[in-house]
Amino acid sequence: MTTPEPLLVLERATKSFGAVRALEDGSVTLYPGEAHALLGENGAGKSTLVKILAGVHQPDGGQLLINGQPTVLNGPTASRTAGVSIIYQEPTLFPDLSVAENIFMGRQPLGAARIIDRPRMISEARAVFSRLGVDLDPARPARGLSVADQQIVEIAKAISFNARIIVMDEPTAALTSVEVARLFDVIKALRADGAAVLFISHRLEEVFASCQRVTIMRDGRFVSTAPIEDVTIDSIIYSMVGRDLDALFPKTHTDPGEVVLAVDGLNRRGVFHDVSFTVRRGEIVALAGLVGAGRSEVARAIFGIDHRDSGTVTVNGRLLKAGSPRGAMHAGIAFVPEDRRQQGLVMDLAIDHNVALASLGRLSTFGLIRRSSERALAVKWGATLQLKFGRMKNPVSTLSGGNQQKVVLAKWLARTPSLLIIDEPTRGIDVGTKAEVHRLLDELVAQGVAVLMISSELPEVLGMADRVLVVREGRLVADLPRSAADEPTIMRAATGQSVGSAA
Amino acid sequence: MTTLIDAPAPAPAPESRLRRTDALLRARELGIGLAILVVFGVTTLKNHNFAEAASVQQLLSGAALIALLAVGETLVIVTRNVDLSVGSVLGLSAYLVGDFFVKHPGAPVLAGFALGIAVGTIFGVINGLVVTVARVPSLVVTLAALYIIRGLDAVIVDGKQIDPTSIPAAFQAVGYRTFFGVPWLVIIVTAIVLIVGFAMRSFRACRDLYAIGSNPEAAALAGVRSGRRVFAAFTVSGALAGLAGALFLSEFATVNSTGGSGYELLVVAAVVVGGVAINGGSGTVLGAALGALLLNTISQALVAAKVSSFWNQAVAGALLLGAIVFDRWLGRRVARSEAIRGERHGS
Repeated sequence: MTTPEPLLVLERATKSFGAVRALEDGSVTLYPGEAHALLGENGAGKSTLVKILAGVHQPDGGQLLINGQPTVLNGPTASRTAGVSIIYQEPTLFPDLSVAENIFMGRQPLGAARIIDRPRMISEARAVFSRLGVDLDPARPARGLSVADQQIVEIAKAISFNARIIVMDEPTAALTSVEVARLFDVIKALRADGAAVLFISHRLEEVFASCQRVTIMRDGRFVSTAPIEDVTIDSIIYSMVGRDLDALFPKTHTDPGEVVLAVDGLNRRGVFHDVSFTVRRGEIVALAGLVGAGRSEVARAIFGIDHRDSGTVTVNGRLLKAGSPRGAMHAGIAFVPEDRRQQGLVMDLAIDHNVALASLGRLSTFGLIRRSSERALAVKWGATLQLKFGRMKNPVSTLSGGNQQKVVLAKWLARTPSLLIIDEPTRGIDVGTKAEVHRLLDELVAQGVAVLMISSELPEVLGMADRVLVVREGRLVADLPRSAADEPTIMRAATGQSVGSAA
Repeated sequence: MTTLIDAPAPAPAPESRLRRTDALLRARELGIGLAILVVFGVTTLKNHNFAEAASVQQLLSGAALIALLAVGETLVIVTRNVDLSVGSVLGLSAYLVGDFFVKHPGAPVLAGFALGIAVGTIFGVINGLVVTVARVPSLVVTLAALYIIRGLDAVIVDGKQIDPTSIPAAFQAVGYRTFFGVPWLVIIVTAIVLIVGFAMRSFRACRDLYAIGSNPEAAALAGVRSGRRVFAAFTVSGALAGLAGALFLSEFATVNSTGGSGYELLVVAAVVVGGVAINGGSGTVLGAALGALLLNTISQALVAAKVSSFWNQAVAGALLLGAIVFDRWLGRRVARSEAIRGERHGS
């Protein structure tokens, strides 16, 4: 199926953000009529590569050939003109406008006097849908379309642009199995038309079901490209992982004590099912799994921010009321959310105010906050966490990502919690500070705090966790002790390639 | 190309419910029209004078200026902005046109309207520039403009007043003369509503306005030049407010420094009652104009029913709230029927 003339060749593309090298060798070649899988762990550089093709990021180096011509994509419009179309996991549509108008916005077919020819617009949209073999009413508003149908609208838009290269960035993450099957049929139709599809997914079975070739990336580098017949799940996983853990993960052995957190039969319809586990004093339990598997949702339900349908949460032997973060805080839970800028910090507020935010009750007399105690608290925890800052009065937004995370941690540690729930502790943090955050977690555990950590970075999970719970599609599918946890085992459990490895 | 899909048959129940909510959305103008007729009918039963020709003329004329302002306001609100300066622009425009006729007694009627439109356009341009170039939220920009223009008006008017005697009869005729029983004022406004309404459906540039209000990010990705379009919307809103000022003068033949005070809120109320989403992206010019007519019909009905005029504002407020609650309810319904559909797919 590989014809001599490739549609797109990206060679040795590099991209750095400040000091962080997100992409060191981004290489991929797409032939007409193929579905090509791009695989790699979170942070392997796939998104950066996609954004280069989308024209959102400009590569620092390397070469891009489209139809054999060297091409510069200096913006989304240039990318579209070059025949590249990106379908994102969460499409952006105009909810108030009709499906047909969503497809043709700014390019509506015109009749006499440059008046929009609505019947023609509808029939052209209908023609695209029938080419794709889907049944969607072009006249209905986009509001209320399922994510799958929204993606179909985006694909229809791409086709109406005559896009030859269609990049799908984790399109199946939010889809049901029926919808995935339909998407695969659409991909087949696109291939039959001679387009190339670059397909990004964490679900390996989907890759085997729909793709002809596989490119694997690791640590921002191209690893290999191979026909799908020549690879196995094991060889893919081996190529995706396989590196040694270094001093980034200081880990002292601790003997876990009594149970601090007991979760029993936690359910939320369509999000997670029958989740039960315990976390003990002095242990780090990691929730591993793919992005979107429901890990954060479980954590948020435990803390009471998200709703849960059934199940119980017990902290230090006391039953926790559902849906009450206040109750969870009083019971001794601290919660460091995934998105610290949105959920963990008040960005415009001073550092010391942010540190004191969760301890205001203790710092107040008759409801009035004692400014001096607030400052003292912040200074104490700033020193403990080696916070690097200009002045305590500066807004948190002036700090680096790592130091912002330390402020969030300080805020919660100031309450001396017995259980720390921490979601993606080191996302977007430079390596040096990463190690500091890890050391801090290690110290906390040594002091007898129980830690429930959610992380998409497998090295972090393996380096820090005493036990690893693997979540797939809302269910706990493996409970691995530190000794039994390695990357292939976790990846197999997370992607549903069942191997008898559950503890 | 191969056709491949063996898609499951669409579920009848939620799908048809979706259709119904769609139909409901589209029938918004019809609903307002019906509401106007009901209010009109009920009031006529209680007070037979209400249906007399003169009274109906009053109903239409009374709503005409607010409806005209609502046309411009719709363009702005559809882009997820708001123009609160329309009342002040109307007032200043009315006075300047009057003053023009005082100084040039023999000037042609059209010159008066042209001046009104010019005055309004200037302020529309200023509003549009500050909003799109300086990127200040329109609520703040036009609130400031509301006060600045009203202040300017007070300084220029300086306690004086334009008298009917200084306004050319031909100019005043536009305000009270009728054509087959319909006041010219109403004919002019209706024509503008229909023309702008048609344009909003039919031209790419106008569809861009909906795109911007519906999803600004997606609009940018679709290559919509948002700044330019929003600027144009403010300019048109200003121009129409200026024209409304000239029409105000022709209708009342007198104006002081308070002409059009408080109109901006009536206009926003009419637009929202008329089914234009306050967050932008949807709604029609016709709906907004009918919203203005409904509010005026209700307030006149209260007068005819000898209800204290104090109730007037309370009713308008309740209607406004009702319209927004209705929209939210509609949105939730659509979302819910979608959720049902999604679950069926999943099972």
